[in-house]
Amino acid sequence: MDAFFGGESWLPVAFVGLMGVSILLYVILDGYDLGVGILSGLTNRHKDKMIASIGPFWDANETWLVLAVGLLLVAFPFAQGVILGALYLPVAVMLLGLILRGVAFDFRAKVDAAQKIWWDRAFFGGSLLTALSQGYMLGLYILGFERTLVNVAFAGLVAVGLAAAYAFIGAGWLILRSEGALQKRAVGWAKVSLWLSAIGLAAVSIATPLVSERIFEKWFAMPYLLMLAPIPLITGALIIALHQVLKALPNHNDQLSWAPFSGAIAVVFLAFYGLAYSFYPYIVPEQMTVWEAAAADESLMIMFIGACIVLPLIGLYTSFIYRIFSGKTQDLRYY
Amino acid sequence: MMDTLMLSRIQFGANITFHILFPTITIALGWVLLFFKLRYNRTGDMAWMDAYKFWVKVFALTFALGVVSGVTMSFQFGTNWPGFMESVGNIAGPLLAYEILTAFFLEATFLAVMLFGFNRVSNRIHTLATVLVAVGTTMSAFWILVLNSWMHTPQGFEMREGVAYVTSWWEVIFNPSMPYRLTHMLLASGLTAAFLIAGVSAYRLLRGDRSEGVGKALRTGVVMAALLIPAQIFAGDMHGLNTLEHQPAKVAAMEGNWETRGNVPLVLFTLPDEQARENRFEIAIPNGASLILKHDPAGVVPGLNDFVREDGTVAHPPVAPVFFAFRIMVGIGMLMLVASWFGSWQLYRRGTLSPWMLRGFLAMTFSGWVATVAGWYVTEIGRQPWLVSGVLTTAEAVTATPAGMVASTLAMYLAIYAALTAAYVWTLFHLARRDGASATLGQATAAQFSVAKGGARIAGPVPAE
Repeated sequence: MDAFFGGESWLPVAFVGLMGVSILLYVILDGYDLGVGILSGLTNRHKDKMIASIGPFWDANETWLVLAVGLLLVAFPFAQGVILGALYLPVAVMLLGLILRGVAFDFRAKVDAAQKIWWDRAFFGGSLLTALSQGYMLGLYILGFERTLVNVAFAGLVAVGLAAAYAFIGAGWLILRSEGALQKRAVGWAKVSLWLSAIGLAAVSIATPLVSERIFEKWFAMPYLLMLAPIPLITGALIIALHQVLKALPNHNDQLSWAPFSGAIAVVFLAFYGLAYSFYPYIVPEQMTVWEAAAADESLMIMFIGACIVLPLIGLYTSFIYRIFSGKTQDLRYY
Repeated sequence: MMDTLMLSRIQFGANITFHILFPTITIALGWVLLFFKLRYNRTGDMAWMDAYKFWVKVFALTFALGVVSGVTMSFQFGTNWPGFMESVGNIAGPLLAYEILTAFFLEATFLAVMLFGFNRVSNRIHTLATVLVAVGTTMSAFWILVLNSWMHTPQGFEMREGVAYVTSWWEVIFNPSMPYRLTHMLLASGLTAAFLIAGVSAYRLLRGDRSEGVGKALRTGVVMAALLIPAQIFAGDMHGLNTLEHQPAKVAAMEGNWETRGNVPLVLFTLPDEQARENRFEIAIPNGASLILKHDPAGVVPGLNDFVREDGTVAHPPVAPVFFAFRIMVGIGMLMLVASWFGSWQLYRRGTLSPWMLRGFLAMTFSGWVATVAGWYVTEIGRQPWLVSGVLTTAEAVTATPAGMVASTLAMYLAIYAALTAAYVWTLFHLARRDGASATLGQATAAQFSVAKGGARIAGPVPAE
């Protein structure tokens, strides 16, 4: 245990864990509604139903991003300036995207058809912009924020990969929550976005150990190689299995309609685990560890106690909401 | 060319100005919605539910704008003001964390039930969701105002190597300006929502929409404003006295008073000249400021010249913006008093408002916004040059990001905020027209009014616009 904590306080580790959980939940939850936003640009017929499927959830989904960045600010005050400063412009672009899609959601339901088209475009554009900028930031983060031409190209590739991954999660969500013509379209979208995301994932997996000797050691030195080999192997197997499942969809009994979304969650989890393993204990890659960046223990403790009490409650009422709005999506109406 | 500090200040100022417009409405509107819901539960009168259904749509739109601008703000802490968290993160961190954990998730989650859940859950759960959202918005206001108040009147900490460490959470949370600021802001929110409700309802009545729910909403807005405004004037005065005790430089700027002395006049209008350090074209009431601040015509009031360092550098806030913003806030407060009391009197005597009074309330629809923003300018610009009074200056906390980069994001934010504010106001009145159109068409069957074709306008005692 001592090796894991580096002989130092466990609280910063607990908080980097909490932040990891927030980011993971964000990528899955806002991932599906960003994905639905991206896919909404590909169809006119199904737009209303697609957006209705995420209506009750998107706002709470986005709150996980607020929690994640909040934890970065409050638990790691000495890393936040370095990370967010290095990502100044992509952060601003992401915020623009989040603003556009967040308000478009509400505006489009309240205006006439002539203006609705513009809000629909804002919803699509905002969702895509958000996804691309988040992927771009992930790419830069992996490469330690160094902006060479090659790095920017790599970050661009990750941006497209993450947008595709969100689209896949969104398509999986739609397969689960819709029926008929829309479900059929969603299967088609899933087939394409699955392979685009797989390319992005492969690029990240290859690049990460190459840019850092430390990360290379962590993965390829014995006995870690054997212990970690299952991660890429299972991920690969899952992607092939998802490809096969999609061929069998949609079908009459709606069998396996849960599989693409669940598979997407599993892949995201594995990819995230791999990244977390690579970078821990660094919070700014190769520059600052979680202990160097952390706030005072007393302050972390106050927050940790609060989080332990409140997070289970949040889980409880979130599951309550998913129960209320369960099943295939109906047209959303205010009453 | 402006530097990174000034650009970052303008950017954060623009962001927080845009942001506060929306929570100011939702904090109180949440409770008004609960009031509508409880009236409906009690009386079974659908008109209350109609009012609820209309205003919950406004709430949802307003909430969405508040969320997106709030997210932007939290990122700007890191992108533009890294020194803030580095220096006082041990205090600001837990307060922000508690806001996210106890308020944000609660609001976001149960708003879905409020909006879309009426036919999916029992009436009791729907009412509970309304309660939880109202509690959530207020809780959020509590935590953020605790933090903001601490930045004005910090206590309960010690500095070690440039980093603040908490010595007493009780003292941090219940810092001297917190109770006043929280009360002042919650009342401001109540007044903003009250005038918004009254204004939009007046608009609908002026267009000839006679739905019962509109009348009920108008009455709620006007009476609510009439009840809150005296409380607000009292709370504002108390807050001012509290500021005098803890931040005298801010009060000196608010009063436009340069020299510390007795018998200080109440300056109604002037052009404060910071170069010459004097007022031009002053119109003042003798002894007024001493009377208000010290309850004694000879009372000694601090002056701005006390806050000039030996080397000539200035350690007080810029005078003109604080001076004028304060007068705008107070002026609108007075207008609110007149409008709401006269309106309540009319409602009491005639059961309705005259067309002129309706126009007055329509003109004052967003008066709460102006007063709230002006008030925040007073207190935030009034804290300069400090970010955390006596602990951290604004200049120390700013990012090293190049000015050009900040300028480009600032331009982007300004453009989108202007567009969204316009879209919000437009959509609000569009909703009022649309809701009014469907409501009046439905009511026409009651043969109470004649419906003209084309705009569903109603001929009646109230002229349609």
